[in-house]
Amino acid sequence: MLVFYTLLAIMILGSIVAIETRNLLSSVISVGIVGFTLSILFLMLGAPDLAITQVVVEILALVILIRATISVDNTAIEKHRDTFAMVSSLVFVGLFLVFASYAFLEMHAFGESLMRTSQHYLDNGLAETGASNIVTSIILDYRAYDTLGEATVLFVSVLGATVIMRRIGRKRGVNL
Amino acid sequence: MTIYLMCFFLFVMGLYCLIAKKHLIKKIIGIAILDYAVNLFLILIGYKSGGIPPVLFEGMNKQTFSQQSVDPLPQALVLTSIVISLGVLIMMVSIALRLYEKYKTFDTSEISRLRG
Repeated sequence: MLVFYTLLAIMILGSIVAIETRNLLSSVISVGIVGFTLSILFLMLGAPDLAITQVVVEILALVILIRATISVDNTAIEKHRDTFAMVSSLVFVGLFLVFASYAFLEMHAFGESLMRTSQHYLDNGLAETGASNIVTSIILDYRAYDTLGEATVLFVSVLGATVIMRRIGRKRGVNL
Repeated sequence: MTIYLMCFFLFVMGLYCLIAKKHLIKKIIGIAILDYAVNLFLILIGYKSGGIPPVLFEGMNKQTFSQQSVDPLPQALVLTSIVISLGVLIMMVSIALRLYEKYKTFDTSEISRLRG
């Protein structure tokens, strides 16, 4: 149990550094710390598939973010800070935290999962789909349309990024 | 309960970064932290103390497996969410780079001032 708290504390410290540091490159590296610690935490929580996916996605995200910060000149952020925006958002965030803690009082305790739907998957997953990994049997058989939608979203986002970043575009008002 | 609150504190820090910071890359970093917190929260809900991963090995007792395994349903859905968050990140970074090319700055207050 203690290992969860320790890893979460590391994640919180890393995100504080990522948010508050002035140098943009060290901020991006701190986000990398948070992501890789999250993958270790997934491994501890019994989700090895998620840990593998998180590592791959984190490496890609770090490469993209470092490309975004290195290619521009001003990697350090300017001095001036908007005090009013900071104070008002801190007040809002504190209120949010208080109300959320009331909501967490109503939830079931940590470590007692309800498992209303997924008990059926655990009991019959191997017999019905033939997959020994139950997560695979869910994403590729029981909820395959969800995965199809995921592939569509990924394709559309890559297409959108390509269209935004391309150099050659058609001039407005010119018929080709 | 405490671990839920810590996870929610991570979420709130991402939200604060999204609201209060002016730099576009900082805002993207805030959205990434928010993503991590939500994914982690869904997995924490599905955890069972002393749980094993939902993978059947040869020679494993079927009855104890379905008693001990952690919840596989949030894992399957969070797997989708992680990959989609990567797609969203790519899109945001490319839009931010385009804005930098046009306005020569990442500061959002400068960008709204320089219109036209």
